[in-house]
Amino acid sequence: MSVPSQDNAARTGIFARAIIYSALILFAIYYLLPLYVMLVNSLKPLDEIRQGNMLSLPQQWTFEPWRSAWSTAQIGVSPTGLKPYFLNSIMMVAPAVALSTILGALNGYVLTKWRFKGDNLVFGLMLLACFIPFQIVLIPSARILGILGLAGSIPGLILIHMVYGLGFTTLFFRNYYEAFPTELIRAAQIDGASFFQIFRRILLPSSGPIIVVTVIWQFTNIWNDFLFGSSFSSVDSIPITVALNNLVNSSTGVKEYNVHFAGAILAALPTLIVYIVSGRYFVRGLMAGAVKG
Amino acid sequence: MSFLQINELHKSFGATHILKGINLEIEEGGFLVLVGPSGCGKSTLLNTIAGLEPITSGEIRINGNQVNDLHPSKRDIAMVFQSYALYPNMTVGQNIAFGMEIRGVPKAERDKAIADVANLLQIGHLLDRKPSQLSGGQRQRVAMGRALVRDPQVFLFDEPLSNLDAKLRIDMRTEIKRLHQRMKTTIVYVTHDQIEAMTLATKIAVLKDGLLQQFGTPAEIYNDPVNMFVADFMGSPAMNLVPATIVTEGNKLAVKLDRGERQPILLPLSGGPAGLSAYNGKKVIFGIRPEALTDPDGADRNASQLATADCHIEVVEPAGSDTFAVTALGGKHVVARLRADANVKPGTTTPLAFNLTKAVFFDPESQNRIS
Ligand SMILES: Nc1ncnc2c1ncn2[C@@H]1O[C@H](COP(=O)(O)OP(=O)(O)OP(=O)(O)O)[C@@H](O)[C@H]1O
Ligand SMILES: [Mg+2]
Repeated sequence: MSVPSQDNAARTGIFARAIIYSALILFAIYYLLPLYVMLVNSLKPLDEIRQGNMLSLPQQWTFEPWRSAWSTAQIGVSPTGLKPYFLNSIMMVAPAVALSTILGALNGYVLTKWRFKGDNLVFGLMLLACFIPFQIVLIPSARILGILGLAGSIPGLILIHMVYGLGFTTLFFRNYYEAFPTELIRAAQIDGASFFQIFRRILLPSSGPIIVVTVIWQFTNIWNDFLFGSSFSSVDSIPITVALNNLVNSSTGVKEYNVHFAGAILAALPTLIVYIVSGRYFVRGLMAGAVKG
Repeated sequence: MSFLQINELHKSFGATHILKGINLEIEEGGFLVLVGPSGCGKSTLLNTIAGLEPITSGEIRINGNQVNDLHPSKRDIAMVFQSYALYPNMTVGQNIAFGMEIRGVPKAERDKAIADVANLLQIGHLLDRKPSQLSGGQRQRVAMGRALVRDPQVFLFDEPLSNLDAKLRIDMRTEIKRLHQRMKTTIVYVTHDQIEAMTLATKIAVLKDGLLQQFGTPAEIYNDPVNMFVADFMGSPAMNLVPATIVTEGNKLAVKLDRGERQPILLPLSGGPAGLSAYNGKKVIFGIRPEALTDPDGADRNASQLATADCHIEVVEPAGSDTFAVTALGGKHVVARLRADANVKPGTTTPLAFNLTKAVFFDPESQNRIS
């Protein structure tokens, strides 16, 4: 009796699995197809693209479009390629991410472990920052950057991104530290550790997952930002997203689709790498936050 | 002179008044145990002594110095938290040494201190492990080690044994007692465990709703409770508290215990508290501990006031070393503690000896002791 029914169970198992896997494979293809198209076409000479078949592999492989996108393509008025703008982005993203993460961690620390009157109100107001649409703050921000003498500079962009990200980073760290046992802080106080010693020696070493989450979140958001980049940059502080747009929209000459594809991949590469390197921690950190927060 | 002194201590969290005027003192090398029902403010009191919570009013003195506004690290106290509070990112050795490291003690000296404490607590083989790789009892010992390495003026322990299993608890209790006898450091200790309180304390403070009910030696608390709360709270099984009437028999007072349709029991008193005569003809609460109510053969022969009465036994509970018998007096179940081999059967009537020297009386209104 039991043998056939087991057999049945196994068969339905296989059947269900087949359905699940085909669905998954289908979705994977759906998401991977654009990347594939970009990749193969960025490796073809322009003529081949013009002939029509977007999906075929290159007949003649070439890295010329990549070289062009990186260092010689016409961006706006100058033929510099994306390279200087890529560097601009790096110089903007690295400090902005680091600063907003550190400040968010400090905020979370104070809001959970050094409570003061009205702390929840302060936190509520900071949360509100997460819901303010970018467009609303554009003009006030421009004014403040002007007053500070940071208009059109990379430090100005860093400041804007840092301030705008602070709401999110504070939220992340506050929720994470809320679950952190207060008795550990008290024990450290009795041991004589100062405010910053407790932060650095007790809290930070246990913050790995939430730091990864915050860094990924901030990195992708700031790297991919277009609005602030286009609003607050000048010729020598343009970030890569804006430069990519300028590359694609350059009106002179023919549309070099292969160069555009290569440029787009170049612009997306850092976020891709960040996800691949730390994606595992990202998921783990989100889960940890979900369970504890 | 007392070493740790707490005067009129008040503590409020916002509008909630938690500690309502606590007065305590303990001499140098004393062992003060705080007991009381959950939420009565024991941990809060400990935290105020440690300086982790600011006080609302009052005074805390350690070794003669007022420490009210001193930072926890400046009070020269060491604390063991109920949850151990071991730093998860540090090894056992680093946990124990953290305080010394912060205070800038040289490495060689730190290592020596760690080795000494590890030796004392037998955790030498665990020094390189992280707290997550330890068992409950091992974590407990590390938490103790972190405090012991300091040699402070006062140790504060907040229910340090509450997370351990029964066996380990008893071992650790003995361990703490031995440590205290050797180090002679003043200790304030919070516990829910009666036996821990009785065996460890030189002084016990019983708290209820932020008010100090009684403060005294374990024997005082046990034998001379000032009110019904303390009488009921300390001791296991608890003291029998039976409604009774004071009557006169001949020219002496006697306690009359009603038994429903049965004949009331009359226990003649010789001596007894002086205040009792004012209650002649009135209701009182008669308190007698189970061990003062026993079979006549097992009764204390030196007791000056022993009265025997026939009681109807309802339930018999053999507990190995003793047998507990339950009878009904004054509408309450009353537990008597008999010898293990006492020949009693449920449903029968057997004589029980009341050791009235150990009996106490309470006013049913105020619940205070009649003295
Ligand atoms: N930070 C706080 N804010 C407001 N109320 C508090 C705070 N900490 C404690 N309380 C309240 O103070 C009272 C005493 O708490 P405490 O922790 O001292 O009790 P406890 O005697 O240690 O109890 P337990 O035996 O359960 O540990 C409780 O009613 C508690 O709700
Ligand atoms: Mg407590």
